[in-house]
Amino acid sequence: MIRVPVLVLAFLLALAPQMVLADEMIVSGLSQNRVSITADFDGSEILIYGAVKRDAPAPGDSPLEVIITVEGPASPVMVRRKDRVAGIWVNNAAVRIDSAPSFYAVATTGPLNHILSDTDNLRFGITIERVIRAVGIAAEADDAGEFILALLRVRTDEDRFRILEGRVELTEDTLFRTDVVLPANLTEGEYKVRLFLLRDQKVVAHQERVIGVRKVGLERFVFKLAHERPLVYGLLSLVLAALAGWGASAAFRLFRA
Amino acid sequence: MQLYLPIAEVSVNAFLILGLGGIVGFMSGMFGVGGGFLITPLLFFIGVPPAVAVATGANQVVASSVSGVLAQLRRKGVDFQMGGVLLAGGIAGSAIGVWLFNWMKALGQVDLFVQLSYVLFLGLIGAMMLQESLRTLLRSRQTGAPIRRSHVHSWVHGLPFKMKFRASGLYISVIPPLIVGALVGVLAAIMGVGGGFIMVPAMIYLLGMPTKVVIGTSLFQIIFVTAFTTVMHAVTSQTVDMMLALLLILGGVVGAQIGTRVGMRLKAEQLRILLSLLVLSVSIRIALDLLMKPDELYSVAGGVLP
Repeated sequence: MIRVPVLVLAFLLALAPQMVLADEMIVSGLSQNRVSITADFDGSEILIYGAVKRDAPAPGDSPLEVIITVEGPASPVMVRRKDRVAGIWVNNAAVRIDSAPSFYAVATTGPLNHILSDTDNLRFGITIERVIRAVGIAAEADDAGEFILALLRVRTDEDRFRILEGRVELTEDTLFRTDVVLPANLTEGEYKVRLFLLRDQKVVAHQERVIGVRKVGLERFVFKLAHERPLVYGLLSLVLAALAGWGASAAFRLFRA
Repeated sequence: MQLYLPIAEVSVNAFLILGLGGIVGFMSGMFGVGGGFLITPLLFFIGVPPAVAVATGANQVVASSVSGVLAQLRRKGVDFQMGGVLLAGGIAGSAIGVWLFNWMKALGQVDLFVQLSYVLFLGLIGAMMLQESLRTLLRSRQTGAPIRRSHVHSWVHGLPFKMKFRASGLYISVIPPLIVGALVGVLAAIMGVGGGFIMVPAMIYLLGMPTKVVIGTSLFQIIFVTAFTTVMHAVTSQTVDMMLALLLILGGVVGAQIGTRVGMRLKAEQLRILLSLLVLSVSIRIALDLLMKPDELYSVAGGVLP
């Protein structure tokens, strides 16, 4: 009777991916797991490093590849297209995309289409196209695919989406490292770092880490006040404005006198 | 010096913002306009999200207007009675404007609506002012030409509910200023500006107020309109960025003081020509945006959506 739960547990453990892919595992570290947005925040560079832990000698048949993704908090977005109507350019068609990350970087050891199979890309959601959730957008516009491409283009131009192919350094098939620059226009939230080991275009091991990005100090105080006590915040803004106006006027009068 | 803005969530150069505030404050002090029609497009340009730019712009206008009014007050350039009447109309108009704005929002064409309002009203008023002030300037050069009287009696003077506006030296019905205030209120709410660029010519040409009190009175009522707008934005959408506003204000209040003094040295006609050229160029800029094929046809609006 006691054996049943033990068996179930053993079965569950056997199902866990780490156990299935036990021959190679990731041991990783981040240069920082918190990013504080202070008043002088101007972007931040994160070093992501790690090693491959093996119980047996590395299988020599295919080379080891590494993919590292960093994903910022997602939100729904509206993509609009301008068309010429009666001689002027106006927002005409719009497509709502359920969820797109505010930041996404993919760093790899080589070209993505060489080292990653479509099946595993779909399964793990590695490239940006796979991370954006856009269900049923075909019904919203004739060429809904164009809108997704536009979203990728716009966000890439804003440095929010980055493909860093070949930017993961891999030494002796064991040690790897990459630098990811977080831009200055960072959104607050949990940034998900995912590390994948691949062999033969297949993911053989993966791991997930989190970087917390938070406003601190004055930034935090202003943001909280604005959202939790909006009326107080609005009135305070007015008082500051009026005081500054009066102060400048008084200062100038003294200056002239 | 880079500074991260807590509400706009972008990092900007603090000196750039101070400079922007200074320029807009200078215009504000010189012409008696709030500068909202300048600050908002300028903030878009440096990458501040539009909603934050509109709301924070309103907050900055409050400060520069207070500073400007205080400077005008010392030279007795504020007609409080007229300001009060205009404001009463303005608040009613602003309520109608907010309603119109939300209606266009429901139709999904609010951007176009705002842009077209800018082109139409800035263009119209700029052109009218330019034409009128050029004519005055030319006439003053021709000696011996008939001088236009400052008070022309028209239908405006035949309306009931007359009131004495001592500072303006006017004895007119309260109906025209109420209507002017209301119209400006509607436009202000739609375009997210104080409405000074409409108010100033309306006071000069429609109400026949002397130029001496026009700027101060316009600024006086702009304070209240933009204060109302700021609080509304802070409460409904949390888009007022205090840090951004403070930087703009610091630059702006200094600019406004200098602008007021420069404005006093210029002749009224010159002032009007400059203002009309400024208004026209903003209008043309926005019109070009609408007429020319944009580089990127698609735009992405992120964040929380209805």
